[in-house]
Amino acid sequence: MSALLPPSERVWGNQPLDKVEGTWILIALVWCLFMFFMMPYWHVFGKQNYSGEAYRTTPQAFSAKVEAMVDAHTVRTETARDFPVVRPPAGSDVYLLARLWDWYPILELEKDQTYRLHISSMDWQHGFSLQPLNVNAQIVPGYQMTLTITPDKSGEYTIVCNEYCGVLHHTMLGKIYVVDR
Amino acid sequence: MSEQFRTCPRSGLVFHKSAETLIKWNAVTAVVFLAVGGLLGLLVVLTRWPAVHLLPADLFYQVLTGHGVVTLLVWIIYFEVAVLYFCSSTLLRCRIATPKIAWVAYFLMLGGAAIAAVAILQGGSSVMMTSYVPMPAAPHFYLGLILFAVGALIACFIFLGTLVVAKNERTYEGSIPLVTFGALTACIIAIFTIASGAIILIPTFLWSVGYISNIDPLMYRIIWWGMGHSSQQINVSAHVAVWYAIAAIVFGARPMSERVSRGAFLLYILFLQLASAHHILVDPGVGTEWKIFNTSYAMYLAVLASMVHGLTVPGSIEVAQREKGYTNGLFEWLRKAPWGNPVFSGMFISLIGFGFLGGITGVVMGTEQINLIIHNTIYVPGHFHPTVAVGTTLAFMALTYFLVPVLFRRELVLPTWAKWQTYVFGIGTSLMGLFMMGAGTLGVSRRHWDMAFSGSAFSFEYGGAAYMMMGLTGFFGVVSVIGGAMFIIVIVGSILFGKKIEDKSEYGTARPPVLQMAPPAPAHHGSGFVAPGTFVLAVVFLATFVVYYFLNWMYLSSVWPMS
Repeated sequence: MSALLPPSERVWGNQPLDKVEGTWILIALVWCLFMFFMMPYWHVFGKQNYSGEAYRTTPQAFSAKVEAMVDAHTVRTETARDFPVVRPPAGSDVYLLARLWDWYPILELEKDQTYRLHISSMDWQHGFSLQPLNVNAQIVPGYQMTLTITPDKSGEYTIVCNEYCGVLHHTMLGKIYVVDR
Repeated sequence: MSEQFRTCPRSGLVFHKSAETLIKWNAVTAVVFLAVGGLLGLLVVLTRWPAVHLLPADLFYQVLTGHGVVTLLVWIIYFEVAVLYFCSSTLLRCRIATPKIAWVAYFLMLGGAAIAAVAILQGGSSVMMTSYVPMPAAPHFYLGLILFAVGALIACFIFLGTLVVAKNERTYEGSIPLVTFGALTACIIAIFTIASGAIILIPTFLWSVGYISNIDPLMYRIIWWGMGHSSQQINVSAHVAVWYAIAAIVFGARPMSERVSRGAFLLYILFLQLASAHHILVDPGVGTEWKIFNTSYAMYLAVLASMVHGLTVPGSIEVAQREKGYTNGLFEWLRKAPWGNPVFSGMFISLIGFGFLGGITGVVMGTEQINLIIHNTIYVPGHFHPTVAVGTTLAFMALTYFLVPVLFRRELVLPTWAKWQTYVFGIGTSLMGLFMMGAGTLGVSRRHWDMAFSGSAFSFEYGGAAYMMMGLTGFFGVVSVIGGAMFIIVIVGSILFGKKIEDKSEYGTARPPVLQMAPPAPAHHGSGFVAPGTFVLAVVFLATFVVYYFLNWMYLSSVWPMS
């Protein structure tokens, strides 16, 4: 029972290691280093990254930007609550606001155009989960997350809130439409 | 008053009277909380099973908060305190340092857990275990957690104090045993963890009573996870130590190389605490370099350590079995292992489940970019149930089957139940985790009451496959709870009604004999590997790892380009 006993050498660092251990440590180390360098590699050569771009903001400052965009580019309204559907110019800055329990407004984007999507929360933390694509991000109040996105497939996408935000969390859905030009 | 010791005739372990009582009470309290946490888990799983959808929304979030706090904190940490006392006082044959203060620790933890439980039961603290600000909980929710953590911190220092006692009173020769070394690793990580918890929970408590106007939510996340994730690394260190202990108890296995195993524990101390980053990978306001360095535990050196333990634990069993003559082929040593002994089967299922399901998926979802397609989906609990419930909880269950006869001097009741329990719980929980990960890959959220989004202004439907995965999650979740209940029934039944073991083991004031160094290992002859079967298993593990890793990069490359 020697894992329960003091080691047989006073200086355990001198104990030799078997070939099977040495071989495995070497293989595992190579794999570990490979996985590590895969992340910077993908930042340079891969297409799906979050660069970490973000800004400090306040609910007031951010909702002012959202309202300016809604006023300028609303094309129609939807649902019984008259949610504005906003179609900002291709390549522009787009603002999306999370609050209990909405994603506001509905966005209509053009396929294969690049947008800078800014997201922030008015109150608690929320989770941006774009379905059925399954792209996820944490939305933190006081911070404006900036994702540069290029929707490459048209269709109707749903934003699910996937950070618990209170008893009506499960009703918090939003929409992004991607349309052909 | 002179210290009293007894020697267990079955195991040869030497128990100090005060330490033995403390180990018993901490372990029994842990098991009671496991029963509560498991019951709450049953309610969670029956609500997330779409065809059952048991609880209303508010009650679901309340129960989910309770399930997280009770299982992840209270059950595991109480049991870990028992493990720390066992690995110091019992293994080193010395008196426990300051037993009275150890009782203060016990009651602080109990009081803290009770206060947090009251806060959750009152309904105003359904904030999930993570209690992300600025969503507020009642002040006594934070206060309960703080008191619990203070108690746990005191227990850590009693463990360290007992190591000092053993050294000063020369109760052992040479260096501390490997299992105690693993417990020391867990203790060091625990102190870091509790410090992180104090740094964030104390200001949050002050915020909740109005003394501080604002807690930055991003800072909260980073520091809270310095506690939240690091506390899982206490578990990893503790259950790896338990694996080594069980290999020694069941097989008489000696570590393949003390240098390698201890070096791997050292890597845990150095790097495992960096895992806070795993939860911040798709957060705004944190730099990419910070994310990559921390999420990889400094170039995956702590992952390397786990891969080393994953080889050396079964490797040491293989060597011990081969010395007993099970030398045919690659796997006779494993086939002829005591699969009907829950101490062994629990430990081995824990090892496999932790490695294949918990470990691989943890590294994959902790890859910075891959986290984009996993963050906050039900994949996350799908990862950590195999890690914590199969890895840690099942390893602790296996150890309990060994401890009941030696500590409580009772035979196990329902031995057939005990024999099957590790399989029911281990396989049920593993499959539950697997199907949760499947559902998460399809986009289903964690911590979410209704995947049909009833009552929303908009509609969205997950595909039939996602519903099927959640149904299977529900089914195997129930199997897992049945396995947990079997454990509770066997252990509580044995402690209360088990047949008394009549071996003579009286307390006396004689000083126990000094713990001798292990005899030197016999030299290995021949040019091959000492543990070829284990090496083959390790290569199968690596191949699974590589395939699954690239599969997820492939999924990632199919989503919208973004930067």
